[in-house]
Amino acid sequence: MAVEINKIAIKDQPKHLLGIQNLSIQEAKAILEEAKTFIKLNRSTSKKLEVLRGKTQINLFFEPSTRTQSSFDLAGKRLGADVMTMNVANSALKKGETLMDTAMTLNAMHPDIIVIRHQDSGAPNLLSQKVNCTVINAGDGRREHPTQALLDALTIINRKGKIEGLKIAICGDILHSRVARSNIYLMNMLGAEVNVIAPKTLMPKSIERLGVKSFTNMKNGLDGCDIVMMLRLQNERMQGSFLPSKREYYEFYGLTPEKLKFANKNALIMHPGPMNRGVEIDTKLADDINVSLVKEQVELGVAVRMACLKMYCKK
Amino acid sequence: MTEKFLTNVRIIDPSQKMDEKGSVIIGENGKIKFIGKDIKKKDASSSAEVIDLKNNILIPGIVDMKAFVGEPGYEYKENFRTLSHAALAGGVTSIVTMPNTKPLIDNVSMVDFIIRRGRDKASVNLFPSATLTREIAGKQMTEFGLLSAKGIIGFTDVIKTVQSTETMSKIMDYASDIGVLIMQHVEDYELSKNGCINEGEVSTRLGLEGISYIAEKIIIERDLSLLNEFSCRYHINQISSKESLEVIKRNKENGLNFSVGVSINNLSLNENDIGDFKTFLKVSPPLRLEEDRLALVQGVESGLIDVIVSDHTPEDEEGKRLPFSQAATGAIGIETLFPLALEMYHNETLSLEKIVQALTINPAKILKINKGTLKKGSDADICIFDLNTPWVIKADLLKSKSKNTAVEDRKVQGKVLMTFLNGELAFESQ
Repeated sequence: MAVEINKIAIKDQPKHLLGIQNLSIQEAKAILEEAKTFIKLNRSTSKKLEVLRGKTQINLFFEPSTRTQSSFDLAGKRLGADVMTMNVANSALKKGETLMDTAMTLNAMHPDIIVIRHQDSGAPNLLSQKVNCTVINAGDGRREHPTQALLDALTIINRKGKIEGLKIAICGDILHSRVARSNIYLMNMLGAEVNVIAPKTLMPKSIERLGVKSFTNMKNGLDGCDIVMMLRLQNERMQGSFLPSKREYYEFYGLTPEKLKFANKNALIMHPGPMNRGVEIDTKLADDINVSLVKEQVELGVAVRMACLKMYCKK
Repeated sequence: MTEKFLTNVRIIDPSQKMDEKGSVIIGENGKIKFIGKDIKKKDASSSAEVIDLKNNILIPGIVDMKAFVGEPGYEYKENFRTLSHAALAGGVTSIVTMPNTKPLIDNVSMVDFIIRRGRDKASVNLFPSATLTREIAGKQMTEFGLLSAKGIIGFTDVIKTVQSTETMSKIMDYASDIGVLIMQHVEDYELSKNGCINEGEVSTRLGLEGISYIAEKIIIERDLSLLNEFSCRYHINQISSKESLEVIKRNKENGLNFSVGVSINNLSLNENDIGDFKTFLKVSPPLRLEEDRLALVQGVESGLIDVIVSDHTPEDEEGKRLPFSQAATGAIGIETLFPLALEMYHNETLSLEKIVQALTINPAKILKINKGTLKKGSDADICIFDLNTPWVIKADLLKSKSKNTAVEDRKVQGKVLMTFLNGELAFESQ
């Protein structure tokens, strides 16, 4: 079955991975199947493949990132690609030169893949119109972070066996979160029921139109959930008066062992990282290997990104 | 010039409640000599040039209350010549030009420049506006009296709103005494901060910061409260939401005297048209929901909205080829204003009379200019169009120097055939 799905995906090979919104269910499943094959490889002693030998991958990060950047870096290298990482966040490139200029410059170097993280929503879409290579979105503004959602899906499948029929809660700063949006699309697509939980000021308008139920309290929102995804309270994006205090936020929305009891008995916790311990999640809970999937998410992230790079790279 | 006898045409001139088949005689002085159903060839002099208009429609030349011309400072976006060509091709004969040029039109010497330059280079009637506050900083009012004396038609900060209530009350108080026209952009910056599209499903999906309708409504509420105290000539440049319309309705019904405009963009597009980050549809105020659009159309029909403007904002490609939140705001529109307005006639949401009224006599009255009418003795500024010809809007064929149209590839019905300016044929469709 998996092989068949792969064939479909390769035949209609999409050129870019810009968001889960642009993905078909077959494509999403094919990526997850492909990623499964890399989990074992990544745990073995010899991790190097030659699938992307001779290919050039440029990681173009306009926003600081640790885990996503290193994850893509490693994924490309394990597949045998030549990986170059450009950290534009702190360079002169950021000032004065437009995204288009940067794109044209890089395009002239004939890369096969550009992995882009940008603070503006839609930047990868714009880039994809101007370059000849594959563009993979590693997070744009508050719009999408497709590989994060895919690795979350893989992590859930790895533990629960499936996604269909599960009830998943996404809690926290939904308004500023691309992770939340990508996960809403993907989990819905794969047959889960999705609840979003946030204070009203951090809930985007018309979020129900994306096919979720919205809640402003943890008790109702977590009821019957199998997975609890916590989001980072994005301090750097908190320009304005969204909340009275971190203390009050933790009181009502921070995930504690007590609040986790509102969810299903075997509920598991996820977090895209980096965590604000004591703000959105109790520090012991975050480290509890019986319920927390945080480390697994990071591990499977590499596998998912290897799958994306392999499947989207021009042959 | 020779006298002209325009015949075999349906005349629609809301200023004299005229909608009849007849003829128009343009005198040698470039003014309307006779107009109406009773006018015959014998009323014209024997040497008059006869123009058979083949049952098409004739209206007063359109008065556009809001267009940006790039001079001075942004000649690469638009200049007087290109703006004139675009306007005439769209049946527009009078334009209120915006003062947010470089340098700004906020002092007397700049007015001299723009009037001289316009006279030399433009081939339409120009009515320059000046900024409402110095350096459009929202702090100190410009020299309303001196600037008006130089020929400034009204005062606006174009895309900026005076945020300080205190400053705005002083402006209105002062303006009420000398009788100048204040044209306000209505947006509360604290509420609209960083926003670039309507706040709603589309902003949530695209991950863009939204602008709530409240940002518009709250400034309208504030200004109309002030207007109750200081009754000056007050005009709201553009509104975008049905909630604003409710405030306007309440105040107009209470007898408050002010006028309201709407951009053709907000009448013919909604937020869904933005699709996958189409920056050409990034406009201010933002495109909102379909129900807002319908309410605005209804507002024109009911007369709550007085004028339709093009909000012609030329931007070069550089400014638009950026991530959406960084991209320049605005779309060209002076040439497509009328065909898009006719769309609402064809889909039966607006009457032809209302459309023409909102494009001719209403703006002329607000501006207190002797335009937008074809009464005997008026300047013969005329637009003649075919109501039914279908065509497709193509940016490359538009006459504006910039090509940032929000309605590329749109199929429209109705085409301007001829435009007369002061009795002279200034544009003829090929």
